Amino acid sequence: MNDLPLLTIMMVVPLVGAAVIALLPAGSARLARPIALGTSLVTLALALVAWARFDSGSSERYQLTETHSWIPQFGVSYAVGVDGIALSLIVMAAILTPVCLLAAWNDLEGTPDGDDPKRTKTYFALMLTLLTFMVGVFAARDVFLFYVFFEAMLIPVYFLIGLFGGPRRQYAAVKFILFSLAGGLIMLVAVIALYIYGPGGEQGFLYEVLEGNVGGSTAAQRWMFIGFFIALAIKAPMWPVHTWLPDAAAEARPATAVLLVGVLDKVGTFGMIRFCLGFFPEASKWATPVVITLAVISILYGALLAIGSRDIMRLIAFTSISHFGFIVLGIFAMTSTAGNGSALYMINHGFSTAGLFLLAGFLIARHGSQRLADYGGWQRVTPVLAGTFLVAGLSSLALPGLSSYVSEFLVLAGTFQRYPWVAAISTLGIVLAALYILLMYKRVFTGPRPTFSDAGSGVTAPRDLGLRERIVVVPIIASFLVLGIYPKPVLDLVSPAVQQTLQLVGVSDPAPTNATGSAQ
Amino acid sequence: MTAALMSALPALPALPASVGFETTVPGAAFAPVPVAYSAVAPMLIVVGTALVGVLVEAFAPRAVRHTVQVGLALAGLVAAFLVLVLVSVDDQAVTAGGSIVIDGPALFMQGTLLLFGVLGVLTMSERFGGRSADAFTPMGAATPGSPAEAAADRAGFATSEAFPLTMFAMFGMLMFVASNDLITMFVALEILSLPLYVLTGLARRRRLLSQEASLKYFLLGAFSSAFFLFGAALLYGYAGSSDLGAIAQAISASNGDLEGLLLPGVVLTLVGLLFKVGAVPFHSWTPDAYQGAPTPVTGFMAAATKLAAFGALLRLAYVGVEGSRLEWRLGVATVAVLTMVVGAVLSVTQTDVKRLLAYSSVAHAGFILVGVLAYDRTGVSGVMFYLVAYGLATIAAFAIVSLVRSGGSEATHLSQWAGLGRRHPVVAGIFALLLLAFAGIPLTSGFTAKFAAFAPAVAHGGLAGVVMVVVGVLASAVTAFVYFRIIVLMYFTEPTGDDVAALTPSVASTVAITVGVIATVVLGIVPGPVLDLAGRVSQFLQ
Repeated sequence: MNDLPLLTIMMVVPLVGAAVIALLPAGSARLARPIALGTSLVTLALALVAWARFDSGSSERYQLTETHSWIPQFGVSYAVGVDGIALSLIVMAAILTPVCLLAAWNDLEGTPDGDDPKRTKTYFALMLTLLTFMVGVFAARDVFLFYVFFEAMLIPVYFLIGLFGGPRRQYAAVKFILFSLAGGLIMLVAVIALYIYGPGGEQGFLYEVLEGNVGGSTAAQRWMFIGFFIALAIKAPMWPVHTWLPDAAAEARPATAVLLVGVLDKVGTFGMIRFCLGFFPEASKWATPVVITLAVISILYGALLAIGSRDIMRLIAFTSISHFGFIVLGIFAMTSTAGNGSALYMINHGFSTAGLFLLAGFLIARHGSQRLADYGGWQRVTPVLAGTFLVAGLSSLALPGLSSYVSEFLVLAGTFQRYPWVAAISTLGIVLAALYILLMYKRVFTGPRPTFSDAGSGVTAPRDLGLRERIVVVPIIASFLVLGIYPKPVLDLVSPAVQQTLQLVGVSDPAPTNATGSAQ
Repeated sequence: MTAALMSALPALPALPASVGFETTVPGAAFAPVPVAYSAVAPMLIVVGTALVGVLVEAFAPRAVRHTVQVGLALAGLVAAFLVLVLVSVDDQAVTAGGSIVIDGPALFMQGTLLLFGVLGVLTMSERFGGRSADAFTPMGAATPGSPAEAAADRAGFATSEAFPLTMFAMFGMLMFVASNDLITMFVALEILSLPLYVLTGLARRRRLLSQEASLKYFLLGAFSSAFFLFGAALLYGYAGSSDLGAIAQAISASNGDLEGLLLPGVVLTLVGLLFKVGAVPFHSWTPDAYQGAPTPVTGFMAAATKLAAFGALLRLAYVGVEGSRLEWRLGVATVAVLTMVVGAVLSVTQTDVKRLLAYSSVAHAGFILVGVLAYDRTGVSGVMFYLVAYGLATIAAFAIVSLVRSGGSEATHLSQWAGLGRRHPVVAGIFALLLLAFAGIPLTSGFTAKFAAFAPAVAHGGLAGVVMVVVGVLASAVTAFVYFRIIVLMYFTEPTGDDVAALTPSVASTVAITVGVIATVVLGIVPGPVLDLAGRVSQFLQ
């Protein structure tokens, strides 16, 4: 089954593509874009092969595994392998990358120094490098390897924001890197401690070696939990360490923002399932009240910030903070329903954020402004853009029939089993979501038809979505519908992994509240 | 006073009967001590090359002097390295009457020092098409800006004695990491320091700054030597021997007599060594010396002196005074914390690239101290790995700094580096990679090194170790900000009006930079072999 190192190939292919693009002579720089797109499509095909080969029914949690000794002195192996959650995230990253590349096709034109073919090369090479790291961080089966990808990922993102963003991109890039590095370094202490308190040996960092085998006193375990949790909460991002996200998302190119918020930030919630619950079950239970409180604050505060936001990109970033609150809530509710909901939510959020960011990007490319106040009545000018934006927005606010509804429902239902009041308060988040999405839609798209031609300036009304942009939108809208109506394939994929995680924590689902006797 | 104390001591009745060479019966006939020549051959080769270099300076015609000196120094270093690897490794011993010990750590560090020496000489030999080494003044003795200096320049004078001086310093360093005796350690300290004081004052440009740096370095260095010597005297008074093994025995067999000499002795010797590694509060010479010295010398100094000083510190702490560590450990831990914090915070405010790297080297000294205080074999190997990784990156980084010029002199002000990535993508890219290594980003040597130094501290250092590591990672975050700011400057900022350009390096510098870059990447991605080597040789001979 694992004769072909599929996951490694998936990491090597984009890297090779990036190298080819970087080495392109200046004369043929325009080949950078097709090469990047082709490479990412190959990676996507490989990801689908991996999905086909993955056996959800198997009792082996980690499949498609490869293990090689790397730095035996530190107990580090090059070990990859995926469970259902990791695989679903990899597939999502592999789908979103070509979509983003296509969306960013002409992105660098029209910027002050956009015609420089070298910049185009750099941008597409960095995007492919990022794809390698995204696959790696989810596919790692060794904590050290995970950490390496976790940190190394910052470098391409840093340059993607800092080189290709809006006017305050340097500030945003530095803020991003400082928050992430600070969190990552705190995690490093926990990673070192993890090896020392774990079983050790030449493979002492393997997930399956560590799971259930982390020793040390209760206090030590709690400190290690905190070390991991802070880093992952910054990544996720949760209130109160979320402040880097709106700046980064607003200053980055839309395609960068999609990968940043849609995929990279999932590393935070993914890591909470893997490390916080998997390695420190006792500490996770101990921390649950605090974590759930933070999650609820994130849900409500993110939504309020979104309502108050005047910048489209910042608004979308704030909605993500709210959605990440739901995901974390579902993880720490520790019921299988909520866990499945969170795992599914990670996928759905990736697509709905991608839809919002990319369509907002198309909008901004037409008008050159991110401020909501500069828009109004655009559905009369660009009806297709308006319609697709509305669908993406409705998915984001969890309209039944669209994908986010399923996951949000599962999270809330699962949370309700254990913490009815928390679920009740969190439901407010859905109400607020309707508010921020529909208000945004109203401000941008409804109203009287805007006038574009100042007397004699020759400015014509913007065109509606072109063919390339429509191709970008199709897979995203399709994912809303498919995952909204028939989420079973993804749920089947993630639920064994969720079950195994809950077993590691040692919790079982609470009995239904209406049962009179003990149901289980 | 020291001499008086030493001569008074044999009269004291309560001396422990120690085995040291110095305490043999007074008046015994002088007997030559056996020397394991194969073990110390690398040192002899280096000092021999240095002496030949002095003769070359006297007799070789001026036109060929530079070439001959560089060739000679390189040949000597390579020969010493080959002898070390092929012969000395099989002949590990305590030799020369117990004053030199050639063991695993000594060999590892001597080999690394020789490698640093090769790279250092390569960068110092950079001429940029001129007649003599570009970094060094044509005439060190001339008053800066005086007619004599201009005349020396016109006449094509050159201070090619820099190369023999480097070899003498190298000899001192090789001896420093292998000395098993406080007196030998002191002699080695002086041998390595004096040539460096001179080299610091030889910069071709900004002569006044260079001379000021040299004087400061010398004065403070002399102070620290005095501290070390005083401490050595007190330890001699305590143990009746300056031999590290004898001191260790005296500590373990202590019956409480003369206890008052032990702690002051340990503290004072440690102060002397901590000065050389640039630990806070003994770091104040570092920024001035680093800024004023010719840039390739700075790189060599930062890499090699730091390694040699940590080598001696490890030996003193692990072999000599390990038994009393509970009494001074907390003090050194405080120094480590201060070093990390002060080095990191002050590097934020720097505007000069060389001063910035100086403060970052202070912070790195703190990170290494964390590994030293682990008190475990893994700590020794972690520290040695860190020194290798840091040294190779540092030599390359300073070599890059010496390439970036504005109007003939080095453009060391940070604002002059703005936009360098646009015009010189390779130079800026290499510098960015080295900065990422200093910041400890994974897949570079800096990350592996930090892991290697911090892991033993968490595992064996107790609560103090964990606290130091937490401070260490927070300080790393601060220094990372500094390094990323330079990257921002190089890549994201529009160039200023200054005419800043990177010179094309000669083959020699290119080799040095390439080795540094390759090592930075290889030690980050496949550190296994070097870690393995460092782990195997981390046992001190007593």
